[in-house]
Amino acid sequence: MELDIVELSRLQFAMTALYHFLFVPLTLGLSILVAIMETVYVMTGRPIWRQMTKFWGTLFGINFVLGVATGITMEFQFGMNWSYYSHYVGDIFGAPLAIEGLMAFFLEATFVGLFFFGWDKLSRVGHLTVTWLVAIGSNFSALWILIANGWMQNPVGAQFNPDTMRMEMTSFFEVVFNEVAQAKFVHTVSAGYVTASVFVLGVSAWYLLKGRHMPMARRSITVAASFGLASALSVVVLGDESGYSASHTQRMKLAAMEGMWETHEAPAPFNLIGLPDQEARETHYAIEIPWVMGLIGTRSLTETIPGINDLVAEAETRIESGIAAYDALMTIREQRSETAPQVRDTFEENSGNLGFAFLLLRYMDDPRDATPEDIARAAEDTIPGVAPLFWSFRVMVGLGFAFIGVMIYFFWRSSFCQQSYPRWALRLAVAIIPAPWIAAELGWFVAEFGRQPWTVDGILPTALSVSHLSIQDVLLTLTGFVTFYTILFVVEMSLMLKYIRKGPYQDVEETEIWNARHEHRLRTHDGQVPFATPAE
Amino acid sequence: MILYELLPYDALRLIWWLLLGVLLIGFALTDGFDMGVGALLPFVGKTDVERRIVINTVGPVWEGNQVWFILGGGAIFAAWPPLYAVSFSGFYLAMFAVLAALILRPVAFKYRSKRESVIWRNSWDWALFVGGAVPALIFGVAVGNVLQGVPFELTPDLFSRYEGSYYGKFLGLLNPFALLTGVVSFAMLTTHGAAWLSLKAEGVVAERARSIGVVTGLMTITGFAVSGLWLLLVIEGYALTGDIVTDGPSNPLYSEVQRTSTWLSAYVARPWIIIAPLLGFAGMTMAVLGLRKGREVSTLLWSKLGIFGAISTVGLTMFPFILPSSLHPNSSLTVWDSSSSHQTLFIMLVVTVIFMPLILAYTAWVYKVLWGKVTEADVTGNSDTVY
Repeated sequence: MELDIVELSRLQFAMTALYHFLFVPLTLGLSILVAIMETVYVMTGRPIWRQMTKFWGTLFGINFVLGVATGITMEFQFGMNWSYYSHYVGDIFGAPLAIEGLMAFFLEATFVGLFFFGWDKLSRVGHLTVTWLVAIGSNFSALWILIANGWMQNPVGAQFNPDTMRMEMTSFFEVVFNEVAQAKFVHTVSAGYVTASVFVLGVSAWYLLKGRHMPMARRSITVAASFGLASALSVVVLGDESGYSASHTQRMKLAAMEGMWETHEAPAPFNLIGLPDQEARETHYAIEIPWVMGLIGTRSLTETIPGINDLVAEAETRIESGIAAYDALMTIREQRSETAPQVRDTFEENSGNLGFAFLLLRYMDDPRDATPEDIARAAEDTIPGVAPLFWSFRVMVGLGFAFIGVMIYFFWRSSFCQQSYPRWALRLAVAIIPAPWIAAELGWFVAEFGRQPWTVDGILPTALSVSHLSIQDVLLTLTGFVTFYTILFVVEMSLMLKYIRKGPYQDVEETEIWNARHEHRLRTHDGQVPFATPAE
Repeated sequence: MILYELLPYDALRLIWWLLLGVLLIGFALTDGFDMGVGALLPFVGKTDVERRIVINTVGPVWEGNQVWFILGGGAIFAAWPPLYAVSFSGFYLAMFAVLAALILRPVAFKYRSKRESVIWRNSWDWALFVGGAVPALIFGVAVGNVLQGVPFELTPDLFSRYEGSYYGKFLGLLNPFALLTGVVSFAMLTTHGAAWLSLKAEGVVAERARSIGVVTGLMTITGFAVSGLWLLLVIEGYALTGDIVTDGPSNPLYSEVQRTSTWLSAYVARPWIIIAPLLGFAGMTMAVLGLRKGREVSTLLWSKLGIFGAISTVGLTMFPFILPSSLHPNSSLTVWDSSSSHQTLFIMLVVTVIFMPLILAYTAWVYKVLWGKVTEADVTGNSDTVY
């Protein structure tokens, strides 16, 4: 029964996090796009840019509020469902969450009200400052939450304290400048920028197809394509950075993503596609590209990347060392300050592997009773589900490259073809609106599912992290959250669609007058408007 | 990094206990009036325009106010990890109810006026009522339970276990004393909301708010007095016994705890703490008078003082306890044995000292920009931008 609580708690966490992450990427990117548009308005004084700011700002607001609402759950869920986790690593993990509140949430939440309510209460520059503060606040929150998450993937700057039975911080600096955290931060915010760019591009393309709000839609496409191109490039490059850091911090995750069972002679090939088989420990029908894996993972042609089987063998040794640490810990806990120095030494030597001994707690109450078969079984538990990781990763990367292609195309049409867009391209832009969300959710899945069976890699197994709750407790809240979030999601989508159909509705008259004059000024001598309409 | 040893461990623990109080009070003072306004909404606003006036008095600020709640969670996690781990899992279903209500609230604010339909708007109005009233009530119930002790125990691994089945655990929270403190909390925040509406709204809305506020204010004063007497005369207290180590490792099991006959002993040991309940009574009484006389700014300030007094009373009465355990008193969490490590407390203090003044400054600036009453013309004239 213990296991069921673990599975249910995981399901609830995954569900609430994935819902939350439906709204966050758009908030991250759209806040910046809106701030860019308002900057153009303040610099040029052209009312159409203010109208764009307000229009995209309205959509930003509808989305933002659900990011906030679903985020409330995230802040408390660690304590509610992951009580032992919270106790065990709160000393390190809590700090970035609190700093996130102090540095980021207050900033974005305090100023977002003024963004909507402050148009006639503030000067132009004053309002622009407010908009940028909202954007900076949102992006800062991503920084701190990914520092927290990065620590779960690569727990640096911390040590186990036998007196308090938990991990304690030894270096705040290492926690903040954790290479995994930094790689994840830039990768994640870039993904948010791509999401918002694809969203703005798609909605604007729909307007062009309908022949509505063309001046606004054209300008929006130009902004989205330029910003989107830069972001789509960086999301792939910085994702590669994540892969590089995984090669020495989370080797099991990397090997599983690759379906790489045996250690390959350097430089390892990259499995383009194949059918990973967890039972047979083999990836069937693999189509390999020579050298590429070695280059991505180690940036060299000589270093080897260990395969899953070798890593399992390594886990067995670490479990044995962990049992020694556990044994010493029990003595220390009993005798406290009277503990013999040799026992302390044994503990210090092996304490890095204590978490591996905890893997045995799934099967027995005392890891010291483990037989070699138990150890082998626990070591095998360190392999995450290979096929789901293998495929999620490939779909995500494929989409990432597709976004680069789309953005290059629209950037080229916008910059060098008089902003004329063929109808098929506009239709494509509308059709791919959901794609960045799929990529983002898969990215979350690869990162967190790939971390299993650990909540904190090598330190604390997921099975041990839960709260003392009953199945009914978690079933009730899981059902509650799913129902509740689904209703909110439907409401959100209906409002989003309503406001997209409605189009810009603020400052309409002023913008139209300006626009008519502006197009008149741009007219060529033969009297043609210089922009082609998509129907031509 | 020896820098953190500049401040001794026990001093940092004390500072973080004070900061915990600051956060809870900050939350009650700011988000408190949002919740009060939510609870008052269906009763002070009869027409759509009136309700929109009510909603728009908090429209631009509720989002920032709510961060006090989020930050409260984060700061407890960072500074008091055992408290975070034990309390939120122990109050599991109550927490779920609070979260559901608080999730409903932002959505209701934002979406209510985005469609014309009467059913749509009425539904969101009741959502705002739930989002204000339910958390206000549950927070009070939680405080009532904490004062009586919570049925948990820590294993030697410091895993926290609870007594009772899932529904029993939830229903057990609803005991008479806790229900009383729940009502006090609800009435207090509603009064605070009324004081806010008296300042930010005008005409019939402000009048209705004032007359309801007088009633809930009197309820608060009575309830606070009754629960205070109950606490001092009936509710069993807790006390640390043996050697009290204030800078030892954060392991609650290292200290010994005994039950005392009532919490009165705290007032015998530290008579000066009587000032907290006195401030509570003074603030609430003056707020009621202010609501009757129609004073605006001063009423809100008195109401704030009342809330400050009431929350301080709870903290000072229980000191050094943060979360006593009724099941296994030795597991009780205290200021001296349930904090983060010395270094984490220090780093978090540095971060707080840098950012808290900034937050207070820009929050004050935003309130200044938005100063003034929300009028009917504001709501009907700017249908595109306001809620």
